[in-house]
Amino acid sequence: MRVMAQVAMVMNLDKCIGCHTCSVTCKQTWTNRTGTEYAWFNNVETRPGLGYPRGHEDQEKWRGGWRLKGGRLVPRTGGRARRLARLFANPELPTLDDYYQPWTYDYENLTTAPLGDDIPTAPPRSAIDGHPTAITWGPNWDDDLGGGPDQLAADPLLARMSEQVRLDYERAFMFYLPRICEHCLNPSCVAVCPSGALYKRVEDGIVLVDQDRCRGWRMCVSGCPYKKVYFNHATGKAEKCTFCYPRIEAGDPTVCSETCVGRLRYLGVMLYDPDEVGAAASVTDEKDLYEAQLGCFLDPDDPEVARAAEASGIPHDWVEAARRSPVHALITRYRVALPLHPEYRTMPMVWYVPPLSPVVDALTGSGHDGEDPAALFGAIDTLRIPLGYLAELFTAGDPGPVEAALCRLAAMRSHMRRVNLGEEQDPRIAESVGLDEPGILELYRLLALAKYDERYVIPTAYTGSVPDPGGTGAGCSLDGVGGPGMMPDGAEGGPGLGSDFGEFDPDAFHAPPTAGSGTSSALRGRVNLLNWNGKGRPDGLFPRARGTVRTEPEL
Amino acid sequence: MRHLHTALWGVLPYLTLVVLVAGTAWRYRYDRFGFTTRSSQLHESRLLRVAGPLFHYGLLFVIAGHVAGLLVPESLTDRLHVSEHLYHANALIAGGTAGLATLAGLALLLHRRLRTPAIRAATSRSDRVVYPVLITVVLAGLTATASGATARSTYDYRLGVSVWFRSLFALDPDVTAMAEAPLVYRLHALLAMALFALWPFTRLVHAFTVPLGYLVRPYVVYRSRGRGEVGAGAGRPGR
Repeated sequence: MRVMAQVAMVMNLDKCIGCHTCSVTCKQTWTNRTGTEYAWFNNVETRPGLGYPRGHEDQEKWRGGWRLKGGRLVPRTGGRARRLARLFANPELPTLDDYYQPWTYDYENLTTAPLGDDIPTAPPRSAIDGHPTAITWGPNWDDDLGGGPDQLAADPLLARMSEQVRLDYERAFMFYLPRICEHCLNPSCVAVCPSGALYKRVEDGIVLVDQDRCRGWRMCVSGCPYKKVYFNHATGKAEKCTFCYPRIEAGDPTVCSETCVGRLRYLGVMLYDPDEVGAAASVTDEKDLYEAQLGCFLDPDDPEVARAAEASGIPHDWVEAARRSPVHALITRYRVALPLHPEYRTMPMVWYVPPLSPVVDALTGSGHDGEDPAALFGAIDTLRIPLGYLAELFTAGDPGPVEAALCRLAAMRSHMRRVNLGEEQDPRIAESVGLDEPGILELYRLLALAKYDERYVIPTAYTGSVPDPGGTGAGCSLDGVGGPGMMPDGAEGGPGLGSDFGEFDPDAFHAPPTAGSGTSSALRGRVNLLNWNGKGRPDGLFPRARGTVRTEPEL
Repeated sequence: MRHLHTALWGVLPYLTLVVLVAGTAWRYRYDRFGFTTRSSQLHESRLLRVAGPLFHYGLLFVIAGHVAGLLVPESLTDRLHVSEHLYHANALIAGGTAGLATLAGLALLLHRRLRTPAIRAATSRSDRVVYPVLITVVLAGLTATASGATARSTYDYRLGVSVWFRSLFALDPDVTAMAEAPLVYRLHALLAMALFALWPFTRLVHAFTVPLGYLVRPYVVYRSRGRGEVGAGAGRPGR
């Protein structure tokens, strides 16, 4: 059994208040540059709604994700030959209008407008070409159901439901859906990249774009069904959510998680069997995809799995972290988190706890006790409309798992209300959703109380042993002549003569201290002639003869 | 005049080749980040969907035609009993069609570049240099093809330009073969050399990155952070 680790995320939608703090902090961190004005690696959508880019869930139009062709998985946009044939124009690429035309304001006009009767304004200007523009759409134009039924009608998920459902739905239900890149186990953006620039990292499963390898063929933009790969129109390269990998490597949560006001995001390690992914992604019935993906995940508490994980090169502290992973608990132990659009067959790894609040609100609004278990279970069952919509979102239309997850949340609410009010506890509530009392308390703790360290269980990416490619032996790099803390070698002194500092040579003072010392891989074998004082022969001025070992610089 | 001809047809081609090869190697080493199509499809898709394939596919056929016309000697086609008339009719019809498609695609691409404010704003200085060269080289080539169709034409480029071109690779440039060619051929060759010299320093480099490896690659690419297989660490100079 091979084991791989993935840093995954769960978002508890009940807690999202749609404040867009995650979007704004993400943008400030990653996309506040020319060329990415329109790109939001993290965005918050109001559901039902069109989303960003508009109607991105309509795969008949955008052809993202995978499809089954004679039992085999092929990208929905077509196989390798078809993609190469369409290299010169990508027929499924969204244009800027599908996202929105980014704009700024001509603030200068406020101070430079000629004196007049009217207060000067800051008219909008296109951030792309600088011309005056009219603002007709934005990244969250239909926020809080803005735009009304006209916009809602175009929601690809609602379009799959009947007219009756649509009307009822508007009265009943609204929630927020924060979206980032799903860092899928079976990423279709990676599959359609002709250059091989997109890759999935072996260590933590983060999907990244190699900026030096990307050639701007922009297949990934259309290949991703979540439309979470963006084309930087200034650099001509694809960019996407990086899962804040520099922070994750250091054991810190992503910026969107760190700054989330509602503390609704959870980060942790999932262990999975990579050899199961292909089969799981190609099950015939879309409704089985959720269960199939659950089947790929491995239980880190199983000693067999732990042994296999360490045999597969996963560090011990990662296995430890997987055991404490809040994500693992929400996904597999309590089964309250669900994947976003499993029917795309990409095996997404950002999961969601479906929102129960709208059901409670609807119940309370109709004069019932919104936390009475009997009424709540009944309401979940009878409010078919939100349930159907959530099922379209999270389980390819199968209401079963959504209903089960909502019932578990409802049971937790009812149980905890009895605890808080000092009422008699009823073990049947927990039993009815397949949990026991400690389980319910644990789930409550995770969803309601969990502190920073419990929400974000991220092992660091340090390597346990320091690689020593030069074979120079262990020890501090400051030791010895030419180390980063040392003065450059003196012209007359030479290495090893006199003190370790050698004689100070003012000409060489501005030489980079690590040049030629072999400690900086970027500078290895290169000499900056501008810093060469003309004396001696710096190491790396001439190529080394094959087979010889690098010697100390001859000076 | 003799020295000028030697310079133009005996020296310049090699200089161009050196600039092309060394320039591309330099760019690949120092500006791999700059290797991109710099696509403007995000701004405008409707015209590009026609013009892009028209230009590029036309160009592929044009390149194939050049390979056949320049590298295959007349003796070979004679031996295969391809008549002179058939050969030139084919060159004119197939080559002319491909050339016209390229020209039409290029014209449409330039039109959308000039007329769409967003694309105009995204046009770089190197673009401003390379587009005029590109369009004149296509025009000169098409004029040469068309001039071969007129009844008065007696020039057979397969005995002139092609001989010169092949002699370049034998390191024994046949300067007279090119010096005696009609003006439009010489112009076409000069402009082509200008294009090749500009190649490494403009967006044209994206042609060297045709992703044929995609056909034999597994769909999902995995890479290790630790080993940093490509593009990281050693061998990549700082930007």
